Amino acid sequence: MSAKMETALKQVRGLGSAREGARHWWHERVSALASLILSGWFIVSLLRLPAYDRGTIVEWLGSPLAAVPMALLVITTFWHLKMGVIVVIEDYVHEEGSKLFWVTLVNFLAILGAGLALFALFKIAVTGSAA
Amino acid sequence: MHRNPSRPLSPHLSIWRWGPHMLVSILHRVTGSGLALAAALLVWWLVAAATGAEAYATFTSVMGWLTGTGAPEGAVGWILYAIGVIIGVGLVWAFFQHTLSGLRHFVMDIGAGYELRTNRTWAVMTIVGSLLLTALFWAWILFGRGA
Ligand code: HEM
Ligand code: HEM
Repeated sequence: MSAKMETALKQVRGLGSAREGARHWWHERVSALASLILSGWFIVSLLRLPAYDRGTIVEWLGSPLAAVPMALLVITTFWHLKMGVIVVIEDYVHEEGSKLFWVTLVNFLAILGAGLALFALFKIAVTGSAA
Repeated sequence: MHRNPSRPLSPHLSIWRWGPHMLVSILHRVTGSGLALAAALLVWWLVAAATGAEAYATFTSVMGWLTGTGAPEGAVGWILYAIGVIIGVGLVWAFFQHTLSGLRHFVMDIGAGYELRTNRTWAVMTIVGSLLLTALFWAWILFGRGA
């Protein structure tokens, strides 16, 4: 889909105006839609939970019907926010060296955050409500 | 640059005034960036739940601060309490504002809603809507559950 949104000239050159604008634009919207659906699910689920103590949460996240959407929420939200924050950085940081630094830092932090969250979900799923 | 000086520059660097669409535009950026920071809370919550009772208690004490539970004591206590409530309410509002203006983005991306009046109406609606949803959310948290 994203390829179809690029002009023929861009495909030949491999460079758009901003080198990869169309794909980025499209991914930002797909990830936004996924975040919309999943965060809607998340908010409704949170409001419907009877309590927020660890036992309730671990039991809830132990079920596949909560663990899987939660894992997808982590993936889509971090994907979306990583792309979004990088656009903000590119708008305000113009010096190539510091831009590279901040963009790399956001990439690393987003992957670290998503990794920690996914591992935590995995651990809850396999160890269940014990401990 | 060859430019006909009798023609207007648009947008002009110094001749403009605030409109709801500008406010919504910059709020989309501000709330998106704020929510990106808040994603750390989501990670902390999951890691704390996976780690154990003690880690989870630390997390809930901070969330209690953000949701304004507990009775503040003394001047410093009240200031901390107010800061917590502002962050807590602010994050919920940021989510609804970003989501509603994100939906507005979707509509404008398909090329609709550029007529001045329509554009203005929907910009205002995202702000009204986010305030309303924030109020409903907190009303539910504070009063809905008990009843
Ligand atoms: C709660 C998790 C979310 C976070 C942390 C987040 C974060 C961000 C950030 C940092 C940006 C970049 C802002 C800019 O360039 O000015 C952005 C852009 C965007 N967000 Fe989100 N967002 C979230 C949820 C959503 C949802 C649920 C929607 C859909 C309704 C959405 C729709 C959009 C759209 C359409 C853009 C692109 C705007 C543009 O191209 O200028 N976001 N988001
Ligand atoms: C108070 C008024 C203004 C606000 C709140 C504002 C806000 C913004 C925001 C949030 C963006 C990012 C849009 C996005 O990524 O979707 C943006 C982009 C931009 N703004 Fe403004 N702006 C204002 C005034 C102006 C003025 C006066 C000019 C020009 C003289 C201007 C020219 C631009 C340009 C050229 C872009 C980049 C568009 C792009 O990258 O596609 N803005 N503005």
